[in-house]
Parts: sequence; structure tokens; C-alpha cells
Amino acid sequence: MTTQAVAFPAPIPVSIPVRQILPWALFGGLISLIVLYFVGAEQGAFAVFEGTAVHELVHDARHLLGFPCH
Amino acid sequence: MPLTEERAAATAAPAVRSLLVWGLLAGLVGGVLAFGFASAFGEPSVAAAIGIEEAGAEGHSHDAGHSHGEEEVVSRSFQATGGLAIGTLAYGVGLGGLFGLAMAFAYGRIGSASPRGTVAAVLGIGYLAVVLVPFLTYPANPPAVGSGDTIGERTGLFFGVLGISLVLAVAAVAVARALADRVGGWTATLVAGVGYLLLVTVVAKLLPTIQEVPAGFPGAVLWEFRIASLGTSAVLWGGIAVVFATLLQRGLTRTR
Repeated sequence: MTTQAVAFPAPIPVSIPVRQILPWALFGGLISLIVLYFVGAEQGAFAVFEGTAVHELVHDARHLLGFPCH
Repeated sequence: MPLTEERAAATAAPAVRSLLVWGLLAGLVGGVLAFGFASAFGEPSVAAAIGIEEAGAEGHSHDAGHSHGEEEVVSRSFQATGGLAIGTLAYGVGLGGLFGLAMAFAYGRIGSASPRGTVAAVLGIGYLAVVLVPFLTYPANPPAVGSGDTIGERTGLFFGVLGISLVLAVAAVAVARALADRVGGWTATLVAGVGYLLLVTVVAKLLPTIQEVPAGFPGAVLWEFRIASLGTSAVLWGGIAVVFATLLQRGLTRTR
């Protein structure tokens, strides 16, 4: 009878349907990955732009974030 | 009042758009914190390594790509300050966005974990799979360590182990979820976790070893750099998780 004793201790998560996530995952994921690529690998093993400006600009961050560099 | 708020939160999941925006914001804050850490604890060893490289540069040509001394496009002093800031902030925002999207998939799917518990789970699994395992397989190296000739191979192997580790981690989560109903959450997590560690260790041992630290390179500088590198990632991921958890909780308990 004492059902009132049972309260919600914390918000219980309800999952989000994958179909609802996918458009955002494709859009946001692609843009995020492009940004990570420019910090982590551009003008190292691969190069979209010529020269070394991007590489040198993010050089220290690339080393300290653990990406291969030289 | 608190009860109705919690009920409202329990019946509706957050919008994916909100999770993405919170992730980007958390990433920006995490990036700022990581920049502070990297510039205080990482830059001294980077400067020391470049000093060693330049002292030994006579007679040895740094063939591929760039040099850390003369003929630079971006000055060393800007690389160590503005460049480091741009790199860590951009990386933080990118990683934060992916964190938010990972949260969209994880939300409500990690057993009965609370929203903040889910953030902690994504942080732990993500940091292990994306940072620790690749780092332990192919540790971060300061400038002057690593040949320009092998950059392609080293990049391929690094992203290879990162990709394999991430796929195995996602598979482990799926296995744990499938097992949880039959054997309980604790045993399921244990089996999946140990399985992941075993497989990823075998993969790391099978991949070729790369050892390019020059003879005579001071071990103290290498150690200092690698610990600073691990710390920079830890501050970045930790900052993202704490800010994200705060924004998520705030968004969930606010009246809809």
C-alpha cells in the first residue's frame, strides 16, 4: 500500500531511436572528423593543401595529442 | 516540484541537436583547459627536444617536409603559443562534437545508468579505446624522434590500431548488453571488458613495433613529453565529460 515510498531517485534515461540520430551523426560526425584530421594528420602522411603551413601551425598540438609526426 | 521535474526527464530523451551542441560547447572548454595544461607541462619538453634536434642537425639533413629551425612558415614562438591554442581548441571542439554524438547513441542504452553515469561510461570507454590503447601501442613522440621517411607507415599503423580498438570497444559494449539479461550487469561487463583487453593486447603485439628514438636521446625528456601528452588528453577528455555532464543534467531537469 505504501507505493509513495518508491520515488524516482534520478532521471531514468530513455534511448533515442537510431533513425533520429543518424542524420546528425553523419552531418556532425563528418565535420568533426574533418577538423580532427586537420589537427592530427594534414600535411604529414596526407596533404589536401600544399606546403607546410597547416602542419607547422598545429605542430605542437599534433605532437602533444599523440599523433605521428616528425 | 522535484518529482515532476524528474518525471518529465524520465519520459523524454534529449534532442540529438542539444547533445551535439552541448558536446561542441564542452569541447571548447575542454580545449581551453587542455591548452593550459599543454602549454604549462608539454611545451618545456617540446622545446628541449627541438633544442636537441638542432644541436645535432649539422651534417644530418632533415629531408622530408619541414624543419624546426630555419625556413619556417610559422615561427617557433607562435607554434608554441597561438598555434598550440588553435590546434587544441579545434581538436577539442571536434572531439566534443563526436562525444555528444556518442552520448546520443549511449543514452538509455548503458543498462540502467543515470544520464551522468552514462557520461562517465562514455568517458571511460572512449579514453581507454581512443587514447590509452593507441598510446600504449605507439607512444607519442616529441619532435626529433621519428623519421620523415616512415611518416606514412607510422600514421597508417597509429590510425589502424585506433580504428581496431574502437571497433572492438563498440563490439564489447554490444556483447555486454546482450549478456546482461542472462548473467547480470556485473558479470556481463567483466566478460566484455576482459575480452576487449585480451583481443586488443593480441592485436597490439601482432602489429609491427616502431622504435625511432635516436641513440643518446635523453630518457628524461622523452618521459616528460609522453606523460605531458597523456595528461593533455586526460585534461581534454575529463574537461569535456565534466562540462557535458553539467549541461546534460541542467537540460534534463529544466522544465520542458
